[in-house]
Amino acid sequence: MPDKKFLEFSYFPGCSLETTAKENNRSLYTFCERHNIALKELDDWNCCGSSSTHSIDHDPAKWLPTRNLALAPPGRPLMAACPNCYMRLKLAHMILNQNGDDREEYKRLWGRDFDPDLRIITFFELLSDLAEAGAFETHKPGLKGMRVAAYYGCMLARPPVMRHERNFYGLMEKVLLSLGAEPLKWGYSARCCGTFLAASRPDIAARSVADIMAGAEQVRAECIVTACAMCQMNLEIRSRLPGKTPVFHFSELLALSLGIGGGKGWFRRHLIDPRPLLRARKLIG
Amino acid sequence: MVESDGKNRLGALPDCIEMTETEPGFTTEINRRSGVNVDLCWQCKTCSGGCPFAESMDYHPNQIIRLVQLGVKNAALSSSSIWICVGCHTCSTACPQAIDMAAVMDALRQTAITEGAAIAEPHIHDFHKEVVNSIHRYGRTHKLEIMLRYNLARRNPFADFNLGLRMLQKRKLDLLPSKVRRMPDIRKLFKKKKAASHAG
Repeated sequence: MPDKKFLEFSYFPGCSLETTAKENNRSLYTFCERHNIALKELDDWNCCGSSSTHSIDHDPAKWLPTRNLALAPPGRPLMAACPNCYMRLKLAHMILNQNGDDREEYKRLWGRDFDPDLRIITFFELLSDLAEAGAFETHKPGLKGMRVAAYYGCMLARPPVMRHERNFYGLMEKVLLSLGAEPLKWGYSARCCGTFLAASRPDIAARSVADIMAGAEQVRAECIVTACAMCQMNLEIRSRLPGKTPVFHFSELLALSLGIGGGKGWFRRHLIDPRPLLRARKLIG
Repeated sequence: MVESDGKNRLGALPDCIEMTETEPGFTTEINRRSGVNVDLCWQCKTCSGGCPFAESMDYHPNQIIRLVQLGVKNAALSSSSIWICVGCHTCSTACPQAIDMAAVMDALRQTAITEGAAIAEPHIHDFHKEVVNSIHRYGRTHKLEIMLRYNLARRNPFADFNLGLRMLQKRKLDLLPSKVRRMPDIRKLFKKKKAASHAG
């Protein structure tokens, strides 16, 4: 690997990668190991609050992410795999940075001073740095011309206070291209998957998912790849189209391009079985 | 959103806002809770144009803002829109005035709950409650239990039964929760809120 430097991150997996999307978590670790990147899981981390807490309960929503900030040891960045967890952690950090009373409360709650310099990043920021360094050129066997629709969902949209944070639109396509895949242009890369509506109003979420899946079929995508574990699940569970386009986590494609993935059990966990496609493309045995 | 048959998919959108029951303090209250100044909005409707779920709402996002601007409290608090909005921020990204719509929707939902307004989407509210309860119990979300309790809450125990089975077969749903060890840390965040609301 071109990146010889050993990098270390505090790592926040979040509830989805810990449970429903274990294949996302494991492929992410595998990929990072190959690039000499050590992920140190935040000890005893808690849920960032998810969409539900800020919907109905202001105070826990405000303070849940702060406990994770307090658990992060100084001196290394905190990386979140899930775009929504990242946003909750980063927002909490921004609020604390701006408000002295909140910093006092933080100290009272967690018995330590707030670290204004703690760097909080998404997995995509790390990917962007690796792409800059040309780290993907060495991935063998690559993705062998697979036609991929890259799906960002609402990862690209953020509240106005975060407008000036880095945005990673196009990064998946860029990486896919260097991995020898064919990233496709399509109309639904930023269309929201419906998040919790997939559980509480499946009729509404299914319409959104149908549009997204049909959009991928229109451009003859062999698969969709998502930036977020929840999007991945929603596209799988609420798809009602007869044609079943497999949906990957981005970390799975990264591992596959290194020739890793067959026999790991990741793809058995998918509700839309991607193995026929992977076998046809000779990406797994 | 006019379909080829000439029908408006949005259906029952009101032609005008009933101004009979306005509460001037309402605008200030929502501004305070959300940290947004809703009067910055000039009703350009960019938010509603881009909203992926507008067609399922009774009022469009810009109309919700209008209700808040005018202080039409009951209509805003009892609308389905405040529950259907998932806070995806698609609208805020395009808003020329950088209005944080998700924060306004949060403020409206929370006000609807504290003031006992009619909840237009009880299913969505029930689901949020189960997620928050799960975090309160374990510090993390336990999806299987959330879905089971949610189904019980809405008296529909077999909803998504086949999907649930498939997810269990695929080991997507863990039987046991992943838990935080130091749970008092989590519980105090929920107690904190109760203490504050009793004092207030």
